[in-house]
Amino acid sequence: MIRKLVRFLDRRTGTAPLLRKTLRYLFPDHWSFLLGEVALYSFVILVATGIYLTLFYENSTATVVYHGPYVPLQGQEMTQAYRSVLDISTTVKAGLLIRQTHHWAADIFIAAIVLHLIRIFFTGAYRKPRELTYWIGLTILLVSLLEGYLGYSLADDLLSGMGLAIGYGVAVSIPFFGANLAALIWDGPFPGKHDFFSRMYVAHVFLIPALIGALLVLHLALVALRHHTQFRETRRQTERKVVGIPTFPGQTPRSLGLFFAVAGVLFLLGGLVQINPIWLWGPYHTYISTNGAQPDWYLGWLIGALRLVPGFDLTIGHYTLVANPFWGGAALPSLVFIFLYLWPWLERRFGGDSAYHNLLDRPRDAPMRTAIGMTTLTWVFLPFVAGSSDRIYVTFGLPYIPQIWAFRVLAVVAPPLAGLIAFWVCRELQAGERVERRRKRAEEEAELA
Amino acid sequence: MGRARDALVAGLLLLARKRKRRLWPGQRERIVPPASRNPGSELLATLLLLAAAGCAVAFIVVYVLDRLPAHTQLLGLSLGLACLFVAAALIVTAKRLIVTEELEDDYPAEEHVDEQETVLQLVADSGFSRRRFFKLALGAAGGALALAVLTPIASLGPAIDLARFYATPWRRGRRLVDEHGRPYRASDVEEDTLYTAFAEGSDKEQLGSSLVLVRLPKDRLKLPAGNSGYAADGIVAYSKICTHAGCAISLYRAPLFQPDEPTPALVCPCHYSTFDPASGGRVTFGPAGRKLPMLPLTIAPNGELRAAGNFDSAVGPSWWGVRTKRPTS
Ligand code: FES
Repeated sequence: MIRKLVRFLDRRTGTAPLLRKTLRYLFPDHWSFLLGEVALYSFVILVATGIYLTLFYENSTATVVYHGPYVPLQGQEMTQAYRSVLDISTTVKAGLLIRQTHHWAADIFIAAIVLHLIRIFFTGAYRKPRELTYWIGLTILLVSLLEGYLGYSLADDLLSGMGLAIGYGVAVSIPFFGANLAALIWDGPFPGKHDFFSRMYVAHVFLIPALIGALLVLHLALVALRHHTQFRETRRQTERKVVGIPTFPGQTPRSLGLFFAVAGVLFLLGGLVQINPIWLWGPYHTYISTNGAQPDWYLGWLIGALRLVPGFDLTIGHYTLVANPFWGGAALPSLVFIFLYLWPWLERRFGGDSAYHNLLDRPRDAPMRTAIGMTTLTWVFLPFVAGSSDRIYVTFGLPYIPQIWAFRVLAVVAPPLAGLIAFWVCRELQAGERVERRRKRAEEEAELA
Repeated sequence: MGRARDALVAGLLLLARKRKRRLWPGQRERIVPPASRNPGSELLATLLLLAAAGCAVAFIVVYVLDRLPAHTQLLGLSLGLACLFVAAALIVTAKRLIVTEELEDDYPAEEHVDEQETVLQLVADSGFSRRRFFKLALGAAGGALALAVLTPIASLGPAIDLARFYATPWRRGRRLVDEHGRPYRASDVEEDTLYTAFAEGSDKEQLGSSLVLVRLPKDRLKLPAGNSGYAADGIVAYSKICTHAGCAISLYRAPLFQPDEPTPALVCPCHYSTFDPASGGRVTFGPAGRKLPMLPLTIAPNGELRAAGNFDSAVGPSWWGVRTKRPTS
């Protein structure tokens, strides 16, 4: 049976040699290598649940009066888009499960990518010859942030609309052409015409997912072409020899097992842990808003940054050049991503290492990189925490205004401090290892003597 | 039978190894070394798979039996557990039932110098590289065509003319109405409460339409010279749209604002920009970069609130040059 299948395929496609190579491709083993896989499998779940949701979602801003089973909203005016998401959550059987699983999958997808990126950064996996893989991965993260934001916005509940308003505020704040750009995207000033929803919709369900899918394929192809990196755990692992478990039989049940584990956890979350209960928020209108709203976690750093920037527009006399939301909403993420894109080049240029690398560093092996990485991470993490400052106020009673001032000071002081501490820790660890090695050698010599 | 053969093969393989891999005629070498038999784990994996099947069936049953309490929870539980049982079975398989080989392989070569040379020679020999004028024309055609194809993007929206960004429905005499279209009377507006008003007959969603309306004790009002006469009997009206990033201002001396703040304040819940309604909408805290646009009010003889003109500045989040033009009706 299998013999027949293999022979059929080989005679039609001539791919038996490729198949043999694929089955014996080696996967170096380390727990942190699973993070990228978790992202990949979350994406699979996202696509599957997302397709299901499109079968019920109505992409229309025409207003209707709600007469569905959810009593508190009966008689309210809302868009058809919001009504259809309400219906998915109430009347469509298993609809709420799929919607919540989709939302959780998005949160975990981006979390896995971010952790994967942190791993890649601190172990130097992006170095030559893998810069292309790294840049593609960064691009996947960038468009995934946008994709998540669009998905969240399409529900057209109150929080969606507030998120869109802020997105619009950031767009118009861009110097020179911000308002023109926003007019192009929204078809005029906020809240735009219904074309805007069609645009979000086609971007969210087709353009961006297709782009992410294509980039994923490229990313994986490049990984395979250059082969995985590995840690030097024994003498066997070198810059020229990779040590690992072959795709088949060793790696196959492991990877499939991880896929089912990811799917299982996502469905459990989707069924048991409520996320974004849109029926509680109600429909959006430009003239209403609610307090204490939290965006999805991956936008928290932007909300925090928008809050931390002191209140000023950059003006010359009476002429506004840069409006305030630009700094937190556009400049911060641009800077972080530009830094990440440039980093492999920066390190080569100023670190003086242009060699070809297949072995990974441990963070301590490259104290400068680790220090710079920790600085950046702290700089992103602080506004992330500040994004929940109102929640901190409600939960712990820390007054809001002093908190914001504390975060403003910390945002300047803490990142370099974190870098210095990281540098020192790396050096200490290295020194400790050197002492250990010397002691061992001395012991061996003593034994010989 | 199969097992006996496997054992035989394994034995032969061992022998073959010892004899430096000399195989008997017709005997092939194994690629994957034989796994040790592990009946306990095999049973465990089987049971896990059966549990997965059970959960999957449970999912279907729950789906069909409508009107269960906690329907979504049961669906998620059954489907999630089904997947997790499969995962557990696969991991038992990976760890206990199949061999885990740790093999070595070469990393691919850093580069292929010969092939690179061949490619370069191909390009050189083709004759493309020398015709400079042809290349220039090729660039011109490509660039112009790309521009032409991108031009229709301009249809997406009115990108050049920003007049609509300055337009509001307010003009002298326009009545202030509530959400249901009922006109506000000055006597409806009480102290310490925030009211939302709209321009009569306008699209309520338009950013220039909605207002926050508050009444302050008259001795508290400290309107700047530019806004003198904007208040009517202590009632002041501001655009409801935050000048920071466009959220609606819906908090009035809200609980999240410092409780000991002495003056009433309008607060936007998105990033807590705080505006002083007594002084023409000045920013007192938070990220907003310019004051809240203020609308001049009058009280008609019948007590109804009316606009006495348009806002003193443009409505909505700020853009390049936003302060240069006054809003238009
Ligand atoms: S939108 Fe009002 S504070 Fe940012």
